[in-house]
Amino acid sequence: MTDHADDPGRSITWHRVDEDGHDHEDGNATLLGFWIYLMSDALIFASLFAMFGVVSTSYAGGPVPREIFNLPLVALNTGLLLASSITFGEAMPHLAAGRAAPVRVWLAMTGLLGAGFVGVELYEFGHLVSEGAGPQRSAFLSAFFTLVGTHGAHVTVGMIWIAVMLAQIARNGLTPAMRRRVMCLSMFWHFLDIIWIGVFTFVYLYGVVR
Amino acid sequence: MSNTVIPPDTGMAIFGRLSPQALPLHEPILLATFLIVLLAGAAVLGLITRYRLWTYLWREWITSVDHKKIGIMYVILGIIMLLRGFADAIMMRLQQAVAFGANQGYLPAHHYDQIFTAHGTIMIFFVAIPLVVGIINFVMPLQIGARDVAFPFLNNLSFWLTAAGAGLVMISLFVGEFARTGWLSYAPLAELAYSPDTGVDYYLWSLQIAGVGTTLSAINMVATIIKMRAPGMTMMKMPVFCWTALCSNVLAIAIFPALTAAFFLLLLDRYVGTNFFTNDLGGAPMMYWNMVWIWGHPEVYVLVLPAFGIYSEITSTFTGKRLFGYSSMVYATVVITILSYLVWLHHFFTMGSGPSVNSFFGIATMVISIPTGAKIFNWLFTMYRGDIRFELPMQWVVAFMLTFVVGGMTGVLLAIPPADFVLHNSLFLVAHFHNVIIGGVVFGLFAGIVYWFPKAFGFKLDPWWGKVAFWGWVIGYWVAWTPIYFAGLMGTTRRVRHFEDVALQPYFVLALVGAFIILVGILGFVMSIVMGFLRRRELADTTGDPWDGRTLEWSTTSPPPAYNFAFTPVIHDLDAWYDMKSRGYQRPVSGFRPVHMPRNTGAGFILAVLAAVMGFAMIWYMWWLALIAFVGLLVVAVGHTFNMKRDFFIPVETVTRIEEARLSGGAQ
Repeated sequence: MTDHADDPGRSITWHRVDEDGHDHEDGNATLLGFWIYLMSDALIFASLFAMFGVVSTSYAGGPVPREIFNLPLVALNTGLLLASSITFGEAMPHLAAGRAAPVRVWLAMTGLLGAGFVGVELYEFGHLVSEGAGPQRSAFLSAFFTLVGTHGAHVTVGMIWIAVMLAQIARNGLTPAMRRRVMCLSMFWHFLDIIWIGVFTFVYLYGVVR
Repeated sequence: MSNTVIPPDTGMAIFGRLSPQALPLHEPILLATFLIVLLAGAAVLGLITRYRLWTYLWREWITSVDHKKIGIMYVILGIIMLLRGFADAIMMRLQQAVAFGANQGYLPAHHYDQIFTAHGTIMIFFVAIPLVVGIINFVMPLQIGARDVAFPFLNNLSFWLTAAGAGLVMISLFVGEFARTGWLSYAPLAELAYSPDTGVDYYLWSLQIAGVGTTLSAINMVATIIKMRAPGMTMMKMPVFCWTALCSNVLAIAIFPALTAAFFLLLLDRYVGTNFFTNDLGGAPMMYWNMVWIWGHPEVYVLVLPAFGIYSEITSTFTGKRLFGYSSMVYATVVITILSYLVWLHHFFTMGSGPSVNSFFGIATMVISIPTGAKIFNWLFTMYRGDIRFELPMQWVVAFMLTFVVGGMTGVLLAIPPADFVLHNSLFLVAHFHNVIIGGVVFGLFAGIVYWFPKAFGFKLDPWWGKVAFWGWVIGYWVAWTPIYFAGLMGTTRRVRHFEDVALQPYFVLALVGAFIILVGILGFVMSIVMGFLRRRELADTTGDPWDGRTLEWSTTSPPPAYNFAFTPVIHDLDAWYDMKSRGYQRPVSGFRPVHMPRNTGAGFILAVLAAVMGFAMIWYMWWLALIAFVGLLVVAVGHTFNMKRDFFIPVETVTRIEEARLSGGAQ
C-alpha cells in the first residue's frame, strides 16, 4: 500500500498500487461467502422444521411417533455424528500447523463416522417403510422422512466432500486453497451437527414424549 | 419412485411420458410460433456459423467470468424473455377484449390458463430478476472500485443456471404443456391429482434450477460488497445503488430458501407421493401458500430496492447535486428490507387467521409506506433547486414517481384487511401490482439501462427512439391499467377467460389499446438499441463520463477494460468520482503493474446444461437420463474443484497499451 509516485493530486492519495498477488482477499471472502451459504441452508432447514411443526400431529390414522421411533438407535446415531464432530475438531490444529498426514487421518475417521450415521439412518428408514410407515402414509411421516432425509443427504454430500479433500490433500498438500476448503468443510460439518441436535430434540424426543 | 417397475413397453422406459403427441401439431397458434422460432433460431445459428463466431462466443462470453460480460448476458436474457412475456400479455388482452357474451374468444381455456401462468412466471423470474441481477452485476463492482466479484466462477454458473431455467420454460411452449395453476402454482391445485400433466413439473424444475442460480448470485454479491470495496469506502460512503444492491441480495438469501423448500416439498408430493399439501392424509395446503409468500412478498422488494438505487443515482447525477438525505435513504432501505419479511400473510387475509393476526400483517404492510415515502421526498428534495437536466434517464425517474405513488397508495388500501376481503383476487389487485412493478421496477430498469448503456458499450442509446420507448411505456401503462383498476373495483375477478357481462367490455378494449401502446414502447426500446448501434459514432462516449456522473464507474473508460481500474482507487468521500473531479484529480499515466485476474472456465455452462437435461428428464419421467445427468453434475462439479489454475496476470505491457490507447482516445 504505497502512494503512487506520479500522483499529482498534491497530498491526496487517489490510488493504491497493488502488491503482486495480494490484491485479492480470496480466503476471507470465501469463508464469509460460505458462511452466508450456510445461513441460507439453515433457512431451508427452518422451512422444513416449520413444515414438520405444522403437520407433526397429522397422523391420518397412521402410526404415531411413540410406536415407530427407536430411541436407542437414534441415540447411537447421535453419538456417531457428535463423535464425528470431535474427530473433525482433532484435524483442525494439524491443519493450522500444516501437517497433512494427520489431517487426512482425522478426516477419514470423520468420514467413517458419517458413513455409520448414514448407514444407521438408512436402516431406520428401510425398517419404517417395511412396517408400512413410509413417507406416503401421512403428512407427519412425509415431513419426518423429508426433514431427516434432507439432513442425511447433506451428511452424504459432506462425505463426498471429505473423499475429495483426502484425494486433493494427497495431490496438492496443504496449500492455502486446500486449507480454505477444509475450513469450509469444517463449518459445513459442524453446521450439520447443530441441525441434527434440532432434529433429535424436536422430532424424536419431543415426538416420543407427547 | 424407489421401487418403480420398468414398464413392459420399452418406449416408455426410454422416453418416459414423452411422445410425438407432446408436440403442438394440433394447435395452430403454437405450431406457427414453433415454426417461426425454429426458422429464426436456425437463422441465428447459421449466421453465427457463417461469421465463425462460435469460438469467439465460447471464449469471450459463454465461459467468461468477467462481471461486466455476465451482467450484459443477464440483461440480454431479460430482454429476450420480456418479449416472450409481453407476447403472453397481449394474447391475454386480446382474449379478454373480445370474449364477451356469445363470443368465446380465440383461446381455449387450457391454453389461456397456461398463458397467464407463463406470463407471471416469466415476467418475475426470467425478466425482472435477470435484469436486476444483470445491472447489479455490471454496475456494483465498478461502483465499489473492484476488479471483479468475490466468486467469479460462481457468477458465471449463476447466470447459466438462470438461463437453463428460462430455457426449460421456453421448451415447454413447444414440448408438452406449461402449468395452468397461476404464477405461484398454488397447492392443492398443483398436486398430481389435479394437474397430472407436465405443466407443473416444467414450472417446478425450471424455477428450482434458476433459483439455485439466484441464491448463489445473491451470496456472491453480498460477499463482494462486504469484502471488496476500495480502500476508504466505508459503508456510509458507498453509493446508494450498492446499498440497495446489498439489501436486495441479503433479502434474496433470506427468502429463496423458503421458496426452494416449498417447491421441493411440492416436487416430493408429485414424484414420491408424500402428503405435504394434499387434501387428504393430513396435508396442509395453506402451508404452501405461507412458504411461497414468505418468498413472494419480499421478492417484490428484492426487485424494487435496486430500482430505488438506480433512481437515486440518476436523480443525483441529473440534478448535479449530492443526494438529499443519503443516510436516511440508507436507513429507509434497511427498514424496508426488514419489514418486507413481516408482511407475507396479507396475500391471504381471507385464509381466516383471525383479526389479531390479520391486524398485525395489515399494520406491518402499511408501515412500509413510511420509509418508502421518505425515499420519494428525498428524491424530490434532491431535485428541489437542482440544476435538472431532463435527459432520458431523468424522465424515467419523474414518470416513476408519478406512477409508483399511485400504486403505493392502492397497496396501502389493500393492506386494510376488511378492504382486502372485498378486493382479494380481483383485478384491482392485479392492477395494483402491475402499477408498482411496471411503475417501480420496470421504469427503473429502463432508466438504468439507458443510464449505464454508454458505460457498457461506449455509445449512448438513440435518444429519439428512447423517447418513443419512454412515452409508449408511460402512456401505455396508464391506458392499459386504469380501466383494470375500475373493473376490479367493481368486482371483476382475475384469471378469467370469458365474461358474461357485456357492460365490462369497454374497459378491456381500452386496456388492449394500452397494451398496444406499450408494444410501441417495447419496439421503441429495441429500435433505440438498433439505431444507437447504427449511429454509434455520433453517439460515442469517448470520455468515460457521458452524463457528468458522480460515482466511480464513470472514472474508467467506456467500455471499461477487463480489469476495470489499472490502479485500485482510494476513496475519500461519498460521490467519489465527483470528489476526484472537483479536487483536480489527474489520471496516472505510468507505473502500471500486472493485474491479477480470474481465468475463464466452461464448467459453469456445462453444469447448467446438465441441470437442464436433468430437469427435462425428470419432467418427462425419463429416469435413466435424469440419473445420468445427475451423476454428470456431480462428476463435473467435483472435477472442477481439481482445477487449480483459476487465475492469471494481465501483463503490464497489455495494461500500459490499454491505458495509453485511452489517453490518445481523448479521455482526460
